[in-house]
Amino acid sequence: MRNQAFQFLSRYGILIAFMMLIIVMSVLSPAFLKFTNVMNILRQTSINGIVAVGMTFVIILAGIDLSVGSVLALAAVVAASFAHPGEYPVFVPILAGLFTGSLCGFINGLIIAKRRIAPFIVTLGMMTIARGAALVYTNGRPVIELSDSYNKIGGKYVLSIPIPVIIFIIVVFIGSFLLSKTVFGRHVYATGGNKTAAELSGIITSRVIILGYSIAGFLAGLAGIVLSSRVMSGSPSTGQGYELDAIAAVVIGGTRLTGGVGTIFGTIIGALIIGVMNNGLDLLNVSSYLQQIVKGLIILLAVMIDRKK
Amino acid sequence: MNYPDYNSCILEMQGINKSFPGVTALDNVWLKLYRGEIQALIGENGAGKSTLMNILAGIFRYDKGHIILKGKPVEIKNEFHAQQLGIAMVHQELNNFPDMTVAENIFAGREPSNWGILSRYKMNDLVQKILNDFHLDIDPKRLMRKLSISEMQLVEIAKAASCNADILIMDEPTSAISMRDAEFLFKILNSLKERGVSVIYISHKMDEVFRISDSITILRDGKLISTSRASETNYDELIKKMVGREPKELFPLRSVVPGVTVLNINHLSRGKAFKDISLYLRKGEVLGLAGLVGSGRTEIVESIFGFPPAEQGIIEVMGKQVEITSPRKAIGNGIALVPEDRKLSGLHLLASVLFNITLPTLQAFARKSGIIKQRKEKSSAVQISQQLNVRTNNLKQAVENLSGGNQQKIVIAKWLLAQPRILLLDEPTRGIDIGAKSEIYQLMNKLTEKGISILMVSSEMNELMGMCDRIIALRSGQISKEFNHSEFDQEKILAAIMP
Repeated sequence: MRNQAFQFLSRYGILIAFMMLIIVMSVLSPAFLKFTNVMNILRQTSINGIVAVGMTFVIILAGIDLSVGSVLALAAVVAASFAHPGEYPVFVPILAGLFTGSLCGFINGLIIAKRRIAPFIVTLGMMTIARGAALVYTNGRPVIELSDSYNKIGGKYVLSIPIPVIIFIIVVFIGSFLLSKTVFGRHVYATGGNKTAAELSGIITSRVIILGYSIAGFLAGLAGIVLSSRVMSGSPSTGQGYELDAIAAVVIGGTRLTGGVGTIFGTIIGALIIGVMNNGLDLLNVSSYLQQIVKGLIILLAVMIDRKK
Repeated sequence: MNYPDYNSCILEMQGINKSFPGVTALDNVWLKLYRGEIQALIGENGAGKSTLMNILAGIFRYDKGHIILKGKPVEIKNEFHAQQLGIAMVHQELNNFPDMTVAENIFAGREPSNWGILSRYKMNDLVQKILNDFHLDIDPKRLMRKLSISEMQLVEIAKAASCNADILIMDEPTSAISMRDAEFLFKILNSLKERGVSVIYISHKMDEVFRISDSITILRDGKLISTSRASETNYDELIKKMVGREPKELFPLRSVVPGVTVLNINHLSRGKAFKDISLYLRKGEVLGLAGLVGSGRTEIVESIFGFPPAEQGIIEVMGKQVEITSPRKAIGNGIALVPEDRKLSGLHLLASVLFNITLPTLQAFARKSGIIKQRKEKSSAVQISQQLNVRTNNLKQAVENLSGGNQQKIVIAKWLLAQPRILLLDEPTRGIDIGAKSEIYQLMNKLTEKGISILMVSSEMNELMGMCDRIIALRSGQISKEFNHSEFDQEKILAAIMP
């Protein structure tokens, strides 16, 4: 009986913590559970959430991607540069942004899988390169004056739901489906859990790794498009520190940094916890300095609970 | 003083019990060690030798029993405590710091210092003395990684001996070192003995055991079988006691008549691992590869599986030459490999039984789009795990929590789903209990009856002789001799694999 209770707690602990957080916040602040505020939270979470879904693939692969914030910025400025009014139809900047992100991820994966260099180092290099490329490409100035159709991606609503939230939900659905229902998903877990065993089972792990990092890059690119469209400009200095928020969401969600274990569902809860915290603490007028300390404590707490399993 | 001194008992282990999840590793084991005695501890793999010694060295806790050290009951808390009590252990696997010097390794954890500041000069000086004591010609300032395996082993022994230990435990110290260095080791052991140090010596090499030990203790399936003076026993008696049963009780009767050649290998070579290996395997046959660690036995089966591929030579499957450049190609040619170390290279331990069983054959359970048909996958996994008698109440259970025998069955199950023609088994029964062993032997027999051919690597001679139709003996990467079933003779095979 006690064992069952423990199992239940360790499996749903993060969900219970999330529910409790919501209850506490809604008691403390009457504005918290209002529809507009909930949508606000979801919209704020969507950027980090999209990036974190990609990060989940990479971390299950026993890797890490420090470059997603910079890649997001590079994709944002590339996309924005094709999005001036009257130049190209809106799918051109979107494809350009997605391609840029995917390419960065592909290069990360290629070097990690083929040259067997630690992901930390490779993506640290890409982090600097992509940031530099974004600055070079724009001369350090934000790309502004974007077309209305481009700006709709981040600014419009469908059935009162912001489009970024809809994109986020679709990404979650597809990511989760890929990981849990497809052969590729199994190969991701196998490669991250025991690379030798995976190779001996006939899995071409280098392909899995390259594809995993490409997905992370693709989603960073997507997040870059959504963000630049929302703020109606592509800034080369955007997205700094986003990799850390994404890693935090993944880790809070119970994915192991050593690889082989984890779910998109956990990551989403992790991202939502961070989003709710930011929003709730804002509503309660807690200083942004203090918020950082609280966020850090939450991450540590989540990992400590996870280790107890 | 003439050692061993049988009037001075230094250690008694009384009624030691130890179990791991699913396995009883030690069952009421008694052991007595005298001052200046060299006691050999022998037994098959999985007999409990290492477990018993790990308990003595403070690495494992025991469930029941008493340890009496120099007449006083003690409870050994951890490795450090064991060292303080005068017990030092040289492990089978080398645990050193490759990027530190020999001296730093020998004094790791007890570095000489003045007010917390490391005294390198003093350390090197002390180490030089220790090495001189043992007539070891090794520079204390050399990096550990620059030494040969033999030298590393000798440094480890010097380290253990330099702790002023009363009891020195050695877990197969000669398994990785050359004959010449083994001689050196025996000299060291004798000089330790002259100083009244007692040694417990785990070994598989019978000639060695008779040469250096005063007494011999035999474990089997976690139980104490006997302790006798080396002068009062003989080779045949020891083997009989170690194995404990006539081979036919454990091994099923082989009735398959081998058919056509399914695997033919010509002049296969890979770097320093193995050279010019030619062999054939027939339908329904069990072929054994006998050899010591480092003889190339594991590397050969790995290369047949393309992991990594051989550099030279020809592999033919069903009479057709094939290029096996990766495990995927091997699988495509109907070859499967159950690797030597199931935890390191056979399983994703944190994942479920189901996940592991269907991993190599997922494509067969998936639509073209890559989506897995989960019901079909599950029913196949259920079927195969019942067939192999995998004892788990739930296919979603993590493999990590299963016993060694069940884990091994899962590794085999995952390959049986692939319906291989040729099954490569590398140490298929290592570290699993006798019941599971027997089940695996029965299974091997059934598979060959269905026409599957098996190439098996094993370090257990009785297993090879009990299961194989033919045995190929390997010595330093080359075939030294081939034995047909009628020629099986433990001593002759051993002679063929010894360097």
